[in-house]
Formats: sequence, structure tokens, C-alpha cells
Amino acid sequence: MAIVDMAAREIASAVRNRELSATEVVEAHLSEISAHDREVAAFLLVLADEARHRARSIDEAIARGEEVGPLAGVPIAVKDNMTLRGVETTCASRILAGWRPPYTATVVQRVESAGAIVIGKTNLDEFAMGSSTENSGFFPTRNPIDLSRVPGGSSGGSAAAVAARFTPLALGSDTGGSIRQPASLCGVVGAKPTYGLVSRYGLIAFASSLDQIGPFARSVEDAAALLSVIASRDPMDSTSLGVGFDASGIAEGVQGMRIGVVEEMLEGVSSGVASVLDSAIAALEAAGAAIERVSVPAARYGLSAYYLIAPAEASSNLARFDGVRYGLRVEGEDITETYLRTRERGFGAEVKRRIMLGTYALSAGYYDALYGKAQQVRTLIARDFAAAYEHFDALISPTSPTVAFRFGERSDPLSMYMSDVCTIPSNLAGHPGMSVPFGPAENGMPAGVQVLAPALREGVMFRVAMALEAAASEAAVPEWAKAAGSGGAA
Amino acid sequence: MSLEDKYLITVGLEVHCELRTATKLFCGCANVFGSPPNTNICPVCLGLPGALPVLNRRAVEYAIAIGLALNCDVRRSVFARKNYFYPDMPKDFQISQYDEPICVEGYLELPVAGKRVGIVRAHIEEDTGKTTHVGSSGRIQGADFSLVDYNRSGIPLVEIVSAPDMESAEEAREYVSELRAILVATGATDGKMEEGSLRVDANVSVHRKGTEELGTRCEIKNLNSLRSLGRAIQYEARRQMEIVEEGGRVRQQTRHWNEDQGVTSSLRSKEEANDYRYFPEPDLVPLEPSSEMVELVRAELPVLPPARRAALSDLAGGKPNRSELEQIGTCIGLDLDGFVSSAAEAGLPFKLALSRAANELAALVGAGEALSPEAFVGVLKAEDSGRLSATQAKAVMAWLAETGGAVEEAISALGFVGLSDDEVGSLVDRVTAEHPNEWGRYMAGENQLAGFFIGAAMKASGGKVNGRVFSALLAGKRESAQS
Repeated sequence: MAIVDMAAREIASAVRNRELSATEVVEAHLSEISAHDREVAAFLLVLADEARHRARSIDEAIARGEEVGPLAGVPIAVKDNMTLRGVETTCASRILAGWRPPYTATVVQRVESAGAIVIGKTNLDEFAMGSSTENSGFFPTRNPIDLSRVPGGSSGGSAAAVAARFTPLALGSDTGGSIRQPASLCGVVGAKPTYGLVSRYGLIAFASSLDQIGPFARSVEDAAALLSVIASRDPMDSTSLGVGFDASGIAEGVQGMRIGVVEEMLEGVSSGVASVLDSAIAALEAAGAAIERVSVPAARYGLSAYYLIAPAEASSNLARFDGVRYGLRVEGEDITETYLRTRERGFGAEVKRRIMLGTYALSAGYYDALYGKAQQVRTLIARDFAAAYEHFDALISPTSPTVAFRFGERSDPLSMYMSDVCTIPSNLAGHPGMSVPFGPAENGMPAGVQVLAPALREGVMFRVAMALEAAASEAAVPEWAKAAGSGGAA
Repeated sequence: MSLEDKYLITVGLEVHCELRTATKLFCGCANVFGSPPNTNICPVCLGLPGALPVLNRRAVEYAIAIGLALNCDVRRSVFARKNYFYPDMPKDFQISQYDEPICVEGYLELPVAGKRVGIVRAHIEEDTGKTTHVGSSGRIQGADFSLVDYNRSGIPLVEIVSAPDMESAEEAREYVSELRAILVATGATDGKMEEGSLRVDANVSVHRKGTEELGTRCEIKNLNSLRSLGRAIQYEARRQMEIVEEGGRVRQQTRHWNEDQGVTSSLRSKEEANDYRYFPEPDLVPLEPSSEMVELVRAELPVLPPARRAALSDLAGGKPNRSELEQIGTCIGLDLDGFVSSAAEAGLPFKLALSRAANELAALVGAGEALSPEAFVGVLKAEDSGRLSATQAKAVMAWLAETGGAVEEAISALGFVGLSDDEVGSLVDRVTAEHPNEWGRYMAGENQLAGFFIGAAMKASGGKVNGRVFSALLAGKRESAQS
């Protein structure tokens, strides 16, 4: 098997046993990136020298007999809204071009301590606002399975990098589906943990009460392994829950589990995606789970509530990009004009749209009817999920109503916002959710099944995901990987 | 009838108090005054992208202490973002508390005015950085450029909002000085107004006597001393009275106090005011101090100024008069009440001890000098017994404050060693012999001539004679001559 087709855990074990050097692993992935990232454009920055340097020191540590961690020598791509000391971090926005943070995000510290090697910073919709990566301030990323289609977003670069076999692992962030939706569209596994399970310190905030970092991988077990490394208490994040994630037991199967299919998430779903979900239901039943439909009524209002809360928080979080301290500065006659010109030139259209929406939602006289009401909806959604979880261990739905669409196909913001209709409710509730690829839908494009679970029940969620993965048809791979004859992913 | 007689003034105050924590409110940077610009900073207090706040426990304890000291209800509170753009605010929002502050509904007694001022709320917030505008205007508009120092960014503040219960500049000054004494006593702040540890904004309105409805208020910023506070309120109240008197209407404004010119000027009107778009800070969890935590803070509170004032008033043996109340206030404000009570316990007259503490000791403390309570009592004993004159006693205190050492050492170093009774006796004999004419008239009952003899004795002894001892011996000499 080619190195780039290996699972993260296989690589780590081979590196630790000296069957493979970290240097060989890094070189194999770097050469895949240099061969194909011209078309895919998953990376904003490839850290080739840094990765080679890290690989050498890991190989030396292994030679000295030192303990090197569970992800020793495994390349990982990091969405470019997480900081890495001294390395340009832009959120795919021109307003931050050239900014080199003086500190490293907690999650990046944790994967590095586990022996993983950061191989590059991946593209995203500017400030994680979007569902196609078309909103990147620099260039769009293409779906490796079909280069004429979007990879989804906002973590489109990370999803595409994993699907393209540029890296076995990647980190993304999910505010309303930004991990799960691109995972579904690119045919990889992506998980959004319970809010507070993974530290946000060093994640450049979009909507602080919804943002959560999570793993991308080509297998459920790899995603679980990465989550167990990044989930932990962080004294630097006041919303950190102070617990970890134990990946043991995720292979125990779903025999006797009660799994609900969320009715509200079946509306507007394409026929291909609907039949993928049907076969997933059949597979879970065959594995011994009891499946029933369930209504989570307030989930219907998720999208509306989300598009008040997320922009409101974003309007405040993004205020600091004002040209005074770092990033782009476009000088004006006075400070107000400098603010205006900097933000006018630095932000893209979608970011501006959301800042305006959010500013409006928080304005005097509108707060109660907009932001206040949206927060009430949030409480209702959590309540309705809690009611469903009295009868079910986990819930499933399509991850995205459709497969990956073509570039420019969704030019109207509202139709783009609809991409996240199934994923948003779990961000509002703070619950975990993940997407597992389950076979091709329309045009041979991958489609994922979303698995939802109550807060901190990631163990249950991964068990369902494992069962789905076991029954899934072979994963989609890029054209060039088929040509190379290296076949399916692990 | 003057304008001031026709109108009533209403004042409410917002006091920002910097907490004396070791580190800032949301990060580990040092909370110190006077460091070189931009040296106590980190990703958190610079508001760098991705950095997150973590609440300082000590700051919460201080806020609770302040609330308890001001008789407030301490409750669950929520941090909120106050959104507005300004270069000294690195995130372009300030983390504060809005509709759910930690302390509510307290009060503070004004001892001299003899009234109670309501405390509406006291909440925790972070300080901003400090901007220096370089250019002729000294303000942000028209500046050539501006320099920003973020050392102050993120320093913990408690903002204490009073009810509009004060009716004069004098009461406002008394409120701030009493509040300051209480805050310093809790240990929450050093109370240094000159370093910005206490900053005051005043809301001032006027209305015609006999009418009920309060006038439109203006908020005055930049009041950095008690003197500025008093002057600004007087100026602003007069300005508003003149507007109303001429049939105009006061417009709700934020005004800036210019200390040099002694005037307030408009910064912005109500229409131009920011919509701060407050919303709950999602990066922090609600702050719910446990009752154990509150009781722990309560148990550690020192004796506070109101109780200390009551103790001193008891020593005064009844109800102190206004000037004594002011002196008591000064002593408590400067932590000098222990001196007064030590002196009273040593049997010295209360009024003397209070006056020397509120005047002489207070001046020495202001000059950065200190002397021990024992030395203070020693000096007062010498003064009370007549060994030292008032002027001499003050000089001895100053000497001791500067040099330290024993009272006797100071008295001899300053040449205040008095003559022995025998020596004074000889002096009586000498000056009466030298002035037989005056002695005869004194013998005949012209008591006022005692002063003449004291003067002569002072001259002869080079000022070393104790007037009281001399007078006694002089009178004794006449008595024995007549018997």
C-alpha cells in the first residue's frame, strides 16, 4: 500500500516500529501535494521545510529510544483559522494577510506533543463563513473527487486535503456544519465534538458560542484517535469542559441500540442522498439497531436562529480587525476613515453581509426580537433534542441535503445557507455530531450520513459511525489515485 | 435671589476603581503602574485573534469585598460585551457586566452631610489601554498621530454607580472621599486618584426648587481629583441653571472637564451616543460566587471606615461636631485613626490628638513621611504636660517623621530641652529683680504683667523656658512675698 493511502494509526505504528521513518512519510505526502494541489488548491500554505525538520527530530527521538506519542510521524493539516507561532495565519482573509501569530493554538500544541507533523495550513471560506470554500479571500478549493465541484465549507481545504490523500488527518472547525458538510461532500469522516470538549484557545473566533474544533480523517477510528488527542481540559479556555475522550469501545457495535431518524432533516433532500440514508438505515438495522423516525420540532427553526446568533457574535469578534494593530491597514484622513477603508478593502462580501446582519440583530430596539428570540429558540432546540434522547441513544440524518455542487451554482446566499440545515441544530444545542461517508449519490459524488448524540456521548456517536463505516461502499477517491492503481482508502 | 438659591442640584456618580490584583483581569500579565509602554502585554490583553479570557479569581474576591463593604447584595452575574471602536481597546469591545452585575442595591453613609447615598450597582470590567494623541489638539480628532500603550488594557476595574442622591458639589466630594476610604480599607485598591486608580464621572442636573421633575442630565468625564470634581459640578450646575433661567433646555450630553480653563465642553450629544450592542460574553461562563466564597470574603474584611468612625466618635464622648467629623474623616482616609485612639487610651485629650493627627500627621503622610503611634503619643504627652509648646510639638513630629528615633532625642536635637524647675526659679528671681517697677505693679495685682515677665524670661533663656512652669513659679513668688 502506498504511504499516502495508509491510515494515521498504521503510519504511527510503522514509524514507532521503525518500519517507516517519519521523513519518508512526510516526503510521500509532500510529493502528493506538489503533484496535485495545483488542481485541488487545498492548502494556503505548505510547511514543507518545517515538516521535514519535525520529521527528522521525530526520527532522531525514535533512534534514541524516546517515547514519541500516539500520532508519531503522522502528517496533519490545520485549517488556517488556528494559530501556529510564527506561521502566517489568515483565516483566508486579506485583512489578516501576512499576520504571524506569536502563539500556538492549544489543539496544535496537543497534536504536536502527540508526535503529529503539521504539514500545512488549509483553505477555508473567509473567517469560516460559507459552505463551499468559494468565499476564501484568496482562491477556491476544488473537490478532489470532481474538480468541477466545490469541496463544501467552510473547512473545505481540510476536507479536500484528506480526501486527496495529501494528509491522513486534518483539523477543522465547525460553527454550523463546517466540518461535517465538507466531510460529506468530499467523502471523508468529520466530527464536531460537544461544545467545550476541545479547547478553542488559538482558534480565531467566528461565533464563539458555536465554534468547535474537530477531526477529519479517512476512517472513523482515525478520527476517534485524533479526537482523543485534542479533547482535554484547557485552563486557557473558560468554556473548556475539563473532560477528555476515550476512544476505546467504539467498535462494540450497535446491537440493541435505539436510533432515531430526524424527520425535520429529511425535507428538501435530494433523491440520491435520500437513498444513501435509506441504505444506511438498513445497514444499522442489519447490525442490530432499532430504527424509528423521531420529530425534533424546534430543529426547524435552527437555521433562522443560527443566522442571528452567529452573525451577532461575529460582528463583535471581527471588530478587532481595524487596521490599528496588525494585518491590513488602509490609511485614511482620520481614525474613522482608516477603520472604514481597512475593513472595506480587507473583508469579502459574505463577511460584510454577516457583520451587517449581526450588528443589526444586536442593535438597540431590535435585540429582544432578534438576538433574544434566537437564544430562546436555542433553548427550545436543546429541550427537543433532550426529549428525543429519552427514547433514543443516537439520531441520524443526511449530513447535507445534496452532494457537492458545481462552482457558482449557488450564488444566492439563502440557498447556500440551506446547505447547513441538518448540521446547525447540534451547534445550537452544543451536542456532538459527525459525518460518515456512505456511498455515492448523484453523479457518483459521495454523501455522508450524520450521526448525532447527546452532549459528551461521543462514544455512542462513534459506535454508530463505526457500524455505518463497516457497511459503507468503498470510499470515493480522486481520479489520479485510481489511475495510480492505489485503490481505496483505509 | 441668586441662581443657586432658586435651583436644586442633583448629582449621581460613577466611580471606576482599579483593583490591586497581582495580574490582569483575564490574563497573567502584571498589573503595575508606570512600566515602559507595551511591556506588560500578551495575546489575551492585546486581543489577538484566537486568544481567550480567563477570569482572575482575586479580582472577583475584591469585587465581592467592595459589594459587602457597600452593603450590596452579591449575586450571580454575567459578563457582557460593550461594543465600540476605539484604538485603545484592542478587541474593539470591552468585557464588562451589563444587566446582571455582581453587586446591586447597597448604600454608603455620608457622615458630615448626615445622609445615605444609594449604590445602584457595582460591576467588574476590564480597563482599556491608554492613548496619547500627538498634535496641536491633544484630542483624537486633528491629531498628527496617536500612541497607544496597552499596559493598562485588561487591568481589572470595579465600576460603582451611585443613585442620584447627592445635592451639591460638597456632598459629591464627601461621597468620593468616603468611598475611597472604604475601598482602600478593603484592600481592593490603592485609591490613588493621581495615578488613575480611582476615576470619577459625574451626572449632573438642575431643577427649580418647588418642582418635582428632575432636569436633563449631563455626564462629565475626566475628573481626576476631588478638586476637579467639586469645581466641575459647580461649573456645570451653574451652566445648566443659566440655560434654564433663560428659557432654554439642557441637552443630554457627555461633557469633558478642562481643568486648566475650569470649564466643561461638549464631547457628544445623546443622538451621537454609541449603541453599545451589549450581549452576553460567550467566551466566559456566568459568574456565580458560592455562598462559601462570599462568607470567606466577608470574614476577611477589616474594620471599615464607618465602624472606625463610630469608634472615634465614641472617644469624642458624644456627637462630634462638623469640624471634628471632617478631622475624623481625614484620619480614617489616611489610616491615622489608630494614632488617635492610642493617644486617647494613653489618657491624652481627644481633641488634641484628633487635631494633631488630622493636621500635622496628615501633612506628613502626604509628604511621604511616617512616624510610629508610640512616638506620636510621646510627643503629645510632652505637649500636654507643657514641656513643649504647640509649635515645638509640631517640629518634633516632623523631625521624628524624617529621622526616626526617640522623642527625647528629637527634643534635645531641636534644642527644646526645657530648664529645670530650679533654673526657672532663678530666672523668676532674676527678671523680677531686673524690673522692680513692673514687679511692684504685678504685686499690686496687674496680672497681665505675667506675660511681660515671660517674654523677658524667654529672651534671657534663649526660648528654653517653659511658659507654664514660669507662670506658676512667678505666681508662687508673689504669693509667698505677700503672705
